[in-house]
Amino acid sequence: MDNVFIIFQTNEETRNIVEAILQDNPEATVNEQPAMVRIDVPGRLTIRRESVEEKMGRDFDLQELHLNLISLGGNINETDDEFSLSWKH
Amino acid sequence: MHLDLRTVSIKPLRQTFDRVAARIGGDKPASRYQEATLDVQSDANFHYRPLWDHEHELYDASRTAVKMVDWYAFKDPRQFYYGTYTLARARMQETAEGDFDFVEERGLASKYPSAAKELALEVLLPLRHVEWGGNMNNTSICAYGYGAAITQPCIFQAMDHLGMAQYLTRTGLLLGDVEDLDSAKQAWLADAKWQPLRHYVEDTFVLQDWFELLVAQSLVLDGLLYPLVYQHFDNALSEQAGPVVSMLTRFQSEWYAEHSKWVNATLKTAVGESAANRQLISQWTKSWRDRALTALAPVAALALGEKAGAVMAELHEEFNARAVKFGLTL
Repeated sequence: MDNVFIIFQTNEETRNIVEAILQDNPEATVNEQPAMVRIDVPGRLTIRRESVEEKMGRDFDLQELHLNLISLGGNINETDDEFSLSWKH
Repeated sequence: MHLDLRTVSIKPLRQTFDRVAARIGGDKPASRYQEATLDVQSDANFHYRPLWDHEHELYDASRTAVKMVDWYAFKDPRQFYYGTYTLARARMQETAEGDFDFVEERGLASKYPSAAKELALEVLLPLRHVEWGGNMNNTSICAYGYGAAITQPCIFQAMDHLGMAQYLTRTGLLLGDVEDLDSAKQAWLADAKWQPLRHYVEDTFVLQDWFELLVAQSLVLDGLLYPLVYQHFDNALSEQAGPVVSMLTRFQSEWYAEHSKWVNATLKTAVGESAANRQLISQWTKSWRDRALTALAPVAALALGEKAGAVMAELHEEFNARAVKFGLTL
């Protein structure tokens, strides 16, 4: 299994994050469940701060992800501008 | 007894309003901003034309020479609707109130060097009247404009200008007294230094084309006045006498940074729509920019002394560079 995944609670904030993920990761698949949303991507999942900010219309700190995070699978690589998951580290 | 727990997934019958779904490509969850903005203004069945303007419908896109295929192509990058706007301003106001309290409690205003205080009062207080002009103009754009996507942020800006006029008043009362407000009004009405700017502001009051008004007010006047006063003059005062006035005008400088994002996005959309729009808006920008530069020159001279010329040249250059970025030809 080479898939990485991330699961958020469903709310106003995470909808923007999910949209940004879908925009930046064309191979992502979304699985919407009651009150949560799961995104699977083969290989590598990237969340870019800039894309999220554009969707949200405000400044965004990638640490804010954790407020709505339920679970994730993959090794994390995190900078101020990018949060990525993969199995390569 | 055996209990069987299971999850039942209830699918909502619809995710959003039809008018929003039609614009965002299908029935999917929409943001509050989209729901509070897209197609909110009525565009049909107006019945009678207004008595005060029988040439136009109540909401009529032909009140400006700018043409848009879709007036909802505008998007506020801050995504302000009533809720987010008030929250954002409440946060800024809390900081501003904190700053005012700080200055007041420590008696910083009375310890402020008197030469710098005089200068600050002389430059900042007449700007109350400019802010009021901004309030009038943005309200006018909101009244005659077309499409909630562009009129909505304008009424917010109108309130912002009113708020900033009040902050300037309070700065005046903190550094000086009621007489200073009166003499600032006299300066605004009679002092030769302020007359060109007053002439500019009063001429914008009677502009019929609301998009031209938006260019003259939000792009040109705000775009030159705010950097002049709240960056250059502010720096000059801080160097001379410390950062007290910077604290009292923090709202304005933060507001300007945020406001220009909206102006840039709005003009980029309008200018990118067609060559005719680009030409028209470029022409407006050019003529209002030249007027504004002349009108602000005596204010700059008052505020910055001999550095005024160099600063105005720098502002002129920065303004052009910014305008070229969203496709204007100057």
